[in-house]
Amino acid sequence: MNLFYIVFAPLIGALIPLLLRRTSRSVKTIATIAIPLSCILVAWPLAQQTLSGEIPTAIQHWLPNIDFDLAFRLDGLSLLFVSLILGIGVLIILYAHYYLSSEDSDSRFYACLLLFMASMLGIVTADNVLLMWAFWELTSISSFLLIGYWYHKSDARRGARMALATTGAGGLALLAGLLIIGDIAGSYQLNEIFAAKDAIQADRLYVPALILVLLGAFTKSAQFPFQFWLPHAMAAPTPVSAYLHSATMVKAGIFLLARMHPALAGTEFWFITVTLIGLVTMLVGAYFALLKHDLKGLLAFSTVSHLGLICMLLGIGSQAAVIAALFHVINHACFKAGLFMTAGIIDHETGTRDMRKLQGLLGFMPITATLAMVVTASMAGIPPFNGFMSKELFLDQALNQHLFGGLSWFVPMLATVGAALSVAYSIRFIHDVFFNGDYKELPKHPHDPPKMMALPVLVLAALCIIIGLIPMLSVSGILNQAVSSVVLAPTDVKLSLWHGFNLPLLMSAVAIVGGIVIYSQRDQLFTFNRQFEGQDAKHNFERIVQTVCDSANRLFAYIDTGSLQRYMALVLIAVIVLVIPQLFDIVSLEGTRPQQPIDFVSIVGASVLMVAGFATAILHRHRFIMLMMLSVVGLIVSLSFAHFSAPDLAMTQLVVEVVSIILMVLALFFMPQKTARASTGHRVFRDILIASLIGGIVATLNYGILTSDFETISDFFIANAKTGGGGTNVVNVILVDFRGFDTLGEITVLAIAAAGIHKLLNKLKPFMPSSDIDGRPWHRIKHPLMLTNVANLVLPMAMVVAVYIFLRGHNLPGGGFIAGLIAASAMILQYIANGVDWVKERFNVNYQSLMSFGVMIAALTGVGSWFFDRPFLTSWFTYLNWPVVGKFEFATALLFDLGVFLTVIGATMMILSNFGKMTTRHRPRQEGN
Amino acid sequence: MEALFSVTVGVLTACSVFLILRGRSFPVVVGITMLSYAVNLFLFSTGRLTINGAPILGTNTEYADPLPQALVLTAIVIGFAMTAYSVILAVRTRGEIGTDEVNEQDSGESSR
Repeated sequence: MNLFYIVFAPLIGALIPLLLRRTSRSVKTIATIAIPLSCILVAWPLAQQTLSGEIPTAIQHWLPNIDFDLAFRLDGLSLLFVSLILGIGVLIILYAHYYLSSEDSDSRFYACLLLFMASMLGIVTADNVLLMWAFWELTSISSFLLIGYWYHKSDARRGARMALATTGAGGLALLAGLLIIGDIAGSYQLNEIFAAKDAIQADRLYVPALILVLLGAFTKSAQFPFQFWLPHAMAAPTPVSAYLHSATMVKAGIFLLARMHPALAGTEFWFITVTLIGLVTMLVGAYFALLKHDLKGLLAFSTVSHLGLICMLLGIGSQAAVIAALFHVINHACFKAGLFMTAGIIDHETGTRDMRKLQGLLGFMPITATLAMVVTASMAGIPPFNGFMSKELFLDQALNQHLFGGLSWFVPMLATVGAALSVAYSIRFIHDVFFNGDYKELPKHPHDPPKMMALPVLVLAALCIIIGLIPMLSVSGILNQAVSSVVLAPTDVKLSLWHGFNLPLLMSAVAIVGGIVIYSQRDQLFTFNRQFEGQDAKHNFERIVQTVCDSANRLFAYIDTGSLQRYMALVLIAVIVLVIPQLFDIVSLEGTRPQQPIDFVSIVGASVLMVAGFATAILHRHRFIMLMMLSVVGLIVSLSFAHFSAPDLAMTQLVVEVVSIILMVLALFFMPQKTARASTGHRVFRDILIASLIGGIVATLNYGILTSDFETISDFFIANAKTGGGGTNVVNVILVDFRGFDTLGEITVLAIAAAGIHKLLNKLKPFMPSSDIDGRPWHRIKHPLMLTNVANLVLPMAMVVAVYIFLRGHNLPGGGFIAGLIAASAMILQYIANGVDWVKERFNVNYQSLMSFGVMIAALTGVGSWFFDRPFLTSWFTYLNWPVVGKFEFATALLFDLGVFLTVIGATMMILSNFGKMTTRHRPRQEGN
Repeated sequence: MEALFSVTVGVLTACSVFLILRGRSFPVVVGITMLSYAVNLFLFSTGRLTINGAPILGTNTEYADPLPQALVLTAIVIGFAMTAYSVILAVRTRGEIGTDEVNEQDSGESSR
C-alpha cells in the first residue's frame, strides 16, 4: 500500500497548491515540499527492504481481463530513480520558490510540477508495462504544461508543442512495441516479460517491437535524430529545465532502456543500434554544446551528449557497462541539476544568459562561482569529483567492448573525442562567465543569490564531492541492487577514485588536454560553424508539421465533399472491394443442410415482393406511388414471416408497416411529390452496378448461411422457457425474460429516438403546400363521415384486442411490442379521422410522460429483483386462481412487458401526433407540450 | 426455397441500395426503410427457414429458432424509430434549407 502512496500522493497532492491559491507563496512551497518529503518518509522502510535484496510490490486489480493492473514494484532500478526524482524534486521546489517572479502563478507551477513528479514516479515503479506506458504519456502531457508554463511567450508555446509532438509520437510507438511484447510474453507484468526473454527474442516480431520501444526511448531521451526538441524545451523556467533534464523527463528514456534490458537486450541488433545511436548522440550533443552562446542551450546539448553516453553504455550491456551507466545516471543528475540551477541564478541575478555578454563575474558572485566550478568539474570529469569516476568507467567499457570486430578501436577513440568536447564546453561555461576579462555592463547589477536559493546547488555540489570521495559508502548499496535488477544477477560494485595508471586514465588526460586545446581554438570553430547557421530546428519542425497539416487538409477536402451520394458510393464500393475477394475463397457455397421444397405460395410471394421492390426503385420519382409499392414490400415481408413460422414478427411487421406508411404519407405532405430527373446516365449506370453487386453479395451470403448446418443456443431457451420463464411463447420469453436487458436497451433507444424527433419538430417551419401537386386546393371536408364513424367503432375493439394480445403474449403470439403498436395505430386513426382538437378534448395524455413511465416501469421491474437478492431483471412467476377467469399465470415479466407496451405507445404517438400537428395550427412551437 | 429466399433478399437489398444512392432525401429515406426490411429478413434467416414450426411450446415437435426472431422483433421496432427519425430530419432539412438535395450546395448558406 505504501507504494501506492508514493505515486498517488503527488498525483492527488497536485491539487493542494491549487487549493491554496490565495495563500502566500511560502505556505504553498511548504505544503508542496511536504508531499515529496512524506513520500521519502514512506519510501524509507521500503528502500531498506530493497537494499537487502527483496522487491516490495503492491497490486490492485483494475482490468484483469486485459491484464492491466495497478501494479507497482520497488526494485533497485526503481529505487535509484525514485530517490533521484524525490530528492532532486525537493531541491527544485525550494529553488523555484526563489526563482519564480511575483507575477508568475506559483500554484500552477507547483501543481504541474507535482503532476509531473507523480507521473515520473509512476513510470519507474510500475510493475505492469501498460501502466508504465500510461504514466509515460502523463509525463509527456505534464512536461508540455511545464515547458509551456510561460504561455504568453511564443518560444515557450512552440517548444512545448514540439516536445509534446515528439515525445507523444514516441509514446504511441512505445505502446505498439509494448503491446507486441506483451502479446508474445502472454502478460504485461514485468517478471513474466523478463521470463519470456527467449521467446521474445526468437519471435519474428522482435525487431519491429524493439524498434518501436527504442523509438519511445530515443524520443524521450532526445537521442539522435530526435535531439532537436530538447534545446527548445529550454524556454521553460529554469527549475523546470533543471528537473526535466537532470533527474526526470529525459531519464525516462534511459530508464525504459534499463527496464526492458532483461527482456530485449543481448542481441546483435540491440548492441549495434543502441550503442551507435548513443555514440552519435554523444558527439553531436557535445559539438553543439560547445557552439551555443546561451548558458541553458549549452547545458541542454550537454544533456543530450551525456544521455548519449549512458545510452551507449546500456547498448554495450555487460554488467560492468550497466554499472557505469547507472552510476553516471546518478552523477549526471547531481551535476546537471546543479548546473541548471547555477545558470538560473546567473540569469536571475544578471538578467542575461548570453555568454558573449557575461564575463568576469567571479568578484561579484563568489559563492555561485565556487559552486559552479565544483559541478562543472564533475561534468568535465575532473578528479576527485563523481563525474570523473563514471567517465573512467565509461572509457574503460569503450575500450573493452568488441562489438564491431576489427573496427572496435573507433569506439574508444570517439569516446575520447566526446570526453574532450565535454571538457571544452565545461571550461567555456566557467571561463566565459566568471573570468574572461573584466565585468561589463549587464541589465542587472550582479550579486550572489539569497542563501536559500543557493542551498539546493550547495547540496548537489556536496553530493558531487561526497560521491567522488567515498563512492562505496554513498552509492554502492543502491547501485548494487539497481544493476542486479537490470542484469538479473547479483552484483558487487567496486568503485574507487584511483585505479592506478592505466589506459582509461591516459584517455582522460588526453581528453582534458584536448578539451583545453579545443576551447582555446573555439573562435575558429565558431567561424567554421557560421556557414551552417540559419538552420533552426524549430522552423524545420514547424514546416514539417505544416506540410503534414496541408496534405491532411487536401486529402480531407478530397474525401469530404459534402455529397452524401458520394460518401454512400465510396462506402459501398469499399464493401464490394473488401467482401468479394473473401467470397472467392469459399470453396463451395452450398452447405449440407437439406433444403426445403419450393411451394406455390412462396413463388407468388417472392415474385410480388421482387416486383414491388423493383417498382419502388424504378418509380422513385413518383413519390406517392413509390410509397404504395413500399407498403406492398412491407406487407409481403410480414407475410413471409408468417409463412416461415414467426407469427410474432409477422404481427409486429404488419403494424409497424401501417404506422410507417402513415408517417411517410404525412411527410410527403411537406415534401415535393415528384423528384426532378437529376442524375446523369453515367451515375444511374454506376448506381445500378453498385446496387446489383451489393445485392449479389447479400444474396450469396444469405444462400450460404441458409444451406449450411449450424449449432444454435436456442435449445436452451426452448427447454427453459416454460420451466424458467413461465411462458410457452419462446420469442416473448426471450424478449422479456432471458434477454430482458437487451429489450430494456431497445425501448430506451426507441424513447431516445422519439425524444430526438420531438426536438427536431421544435420551431420547425415546414414548407406548407396550399394545394396538391396539380394545383387543386385541399378538400373542404376535413373529416369524412364514414372514416369518422369507422374509426370510432374501431377504437374500442382495437383496444380490447391490444389488451388481449398483450396479456396472452407470454404464451401465444403477442406481447408488449405488438399490443403497443396496435393501440397506437388505433389512436392514430382517431387523429386522422377526427383531428387533433377532437382527440385532445377527449384524451389529453402527455405521451412524453407515458413513454418515460414505460421505460421506468421496465427498469424498476429489473431493479425489483435486487430486493430478493437476485441479479437485475430476474423474473418470477406464479399461478393465481382468479374468479371467472380461472387459473391465471402471473409473471413479473408481465410488468416488464407493460413497460414495453407503454413505451411503444408513448413513443409512437409522440412521433406521429407531434408530426401530425404540424399540419394544423397546433404546432409545438416551444419545448414541452 | 433457400435459393428463392436469398434471391429475394438480394433483390430487395439491391433496390434499396439504388434508392439510397439517389440525390434527394425522400427516396433515400424510403431506401433506408426498405433496406431495414431486407436486413430483417436476412437476420431472421440466420435461424434457417422452418415452415409450420412457430416457437410456441406444445404446438409442434420441431420449433423454428426463436432467438433470431426475438432479435428481429426489436429490430423492426428500432427500424421504425430510425425511419421516423430520418423522415423528420428530411422534412426539417427541407424546411431549413428549402431543398431536399442530399448533397451540400456550394452556393448555399450552410457551411461545414
